[in-house]
Amino acid sequence: MKIAVCIKRVPDTETRIKVAGTKIDETGVKFIANPYDEFAVEAALQLKQKSGGEIVAISLGPDSAQETIRTALAMGADRGVHLKTDGQPYDTLSVAQALAVELKGYDLILLGKMAIDDYNHAMAPALAEILGLPCVSAVTALTIDGAKGTAEREVEGGTEVLSFPLPAVISTDKGLNKPRLPTLPGIMAAKKKPMESKPAALGAARVTVRSLALPPERPAGRIIGEGAAAVPELIRLLQTEAKVL
Amino acid sequence: MENLDFYAVDTSLSEEERAVRDSVRRFVDERVLPIIGHCYVEGRFPKELIPEMGALGLFGANLPEDYGCAGLNNVAYGLIMQELERGDSGVRSFASVQGSLVMYPIFAFGSEEQKRRYLPLMATGEVIGCFGLTEPDFGSNPAGMITTAKEQGDGSYVINGAKMWITNGSTAHVAIIWAKIGTDQDSIRGFLVPTDSRGFSAKDQKGKLSLRASDTSEIVLQDVCVPKGNLLPKSGGLKSPLMCLTQARYGISWGALGAAMACFEEATSYAKQRVMFDRPIGGFQLQQHRLAEMLTEIVKAQLLVLHLGRLKDAGTYTPQQVSLAKRNNVNMATDIAREARRLLGANGILAEYASMRHMENLESVYTYEGTHDVHTLILGQAITGLNAFN
Repeated sequence: MKIAVCIKRVPDTETRIKVAGTKIDETGVKFIANPYDEFAVEAALQLKQKSGGEIVAISLGPDSAQETIRTALAMGADRGVHLKTDGQPYDTLSVAQALAVELKGYDLILLGKMAIDDYNHAMAPALAEILGLPCVSAVTALTIDGAKGTAEREVEGGTEVLSFPLPAVISTDKGLNKPRLPTLPGIMAAKKKPMESKPAALGAARVTVRSLALPPERPAGRIIGEGAAAVPELIRLLQTEAKVL
Repeated sequence: MENLDFYAVDTSLSEEERAVRDSVRRFVDERVLPIIGHCYVEGRFPKELIPEMGALGLFGANLPEDYGCAGLNNVAYGLIMQELERGDSGVRSFASVQGSLVMYPIFAFGSEEQKRRYLPLMATGEVIGCFGLTEPDFGSNPAGMITTAKEQGDGSYVINGAKMWITNGSTAHVAIIWAKIGTDQDSIRGFLVPTDSRGFSAKDQKGKLSLRASDTSEIVLQDVCVPKGNLLPKSGGLKSPLMCLTQARYGISWGALGAAMACFEEATSYAKQRVMFDRPIGGFQLQQHRLAEMLTEIVKAQLLVLHLGRLKDAGTYTPQQVSLAKRNNVNMATDIAREARRLLGANGILAEYASMRHMENLESVYTYEGTHDVHTLILGQAITGLNAFN
């Protein structure tokens, strides 16, 4: 089975983010592989362990995206493809068009249900649409049996079980698996695995970011009194100030 | 964590060095930190982590891939030690002993057959080792050891003696025992002694108030017979175990930095959250002074070990440079741990927080692998050319 895993380089959520215009200021920001994409890499590795095949890690972005591809190679992917751009493009459809060019001929395309930097949740459906393939998004269980697959999704109050034919585009959610850490020999081996870099054939970008702002700082909490005597004032503030009652 | 790289030292690390550091950091965050406080209080080493540490490739990671090791450079090796000791000195000690004090001497002084037999199994953690140099009456002066190995008519050796303060002593499958085959220090040789040999016994040293999440044992060797093939053929004289100690001390100078980082991070987070006199205590000059001192020492120590690692990779470092780094970094970490504990106030004495555990651990680290004082005298000799030991 030939599996493609799309993986994106994103800022570590533990880093303190500063905004610079319509982008984040990357100075001193640590970048990691998108955690939802790590579920996709792990799923691919488990499928390969079971039934063999090849795993190709694909990332679109500036040269630094190669580092993220090497993370997937260190985890066990076989080779990498870097689709090179200047900076990280925002428009999902434009990126999907570039990725789709590269994603022909795979039995399975795996990627995270969203990237933790833009929260768009749109890439898997966009790819499936362009490639004309079935798509199951945000899966928490996945089995492949020959040319058919079964996946589970968490829906409001229950679990949905879906079946689909291969090839297919599957986006992965938390709960699917526990991604392995790159081992130290794996990190050394990743340097020797093939990595192809070529310009990304981005589609026309129609969505642009107009502004980016950090959430307002929350005001400090205050103590309005103690015990039952404080209740009337608390209710008044919840009604008039917080407007939640 | 951003304060932990105040001088952008990351920009001086290669991609693979950062990848190694990040993998071990995640392992420590996910697997060590949640349990280590309990292990410390219970006085047990978390043995259950050994297979995972082996699978990750942490043991002997700077030894060649030919022997099942990761083949990393010495900076990456140092970063592993830093991250492990950010968890606990006991966990780092386990890896130091396995890698620098057992796998290294097998690699450096062993026969090809010994290397093939032991190193791959030790890299995965299937075989655990310990290092027996120190004796009850010979710590800083190992040349005076009284353990002997007498050659028999058939070429085998009979070993008699006692070793003390042996990390992993009760856990190990194989011990590297240093013993005299003659009378002087030049006759010191290393032997691979299976711990199930007749006459070999190891006893847990009870009552430790430091390194509680680590196995520290006393070993007694009574007429232990090992075949000729268990002698490390290229070992010769006191120089051989001292070469192992230089390897381990190098790792310790990184490890202590990790403990200091953990304490600084805990102190910083606590200072920003703990409110007293209606504001976070981090807003008071006294605590800011504490934190500024800690950060300054951490940055200096980071730059020191990174440069030392580059020298080691270039093959030009000296044991005296390692002494300086071990002495400085462990001392600064000990001070930082104590100051962090104090900043935490009464909470600082609870096992729920890490600083006091690190503070207690670092007293051992200050004392083992060449006490602080011994390293002072090594530097004194390097400066003056005069030997203060004799």
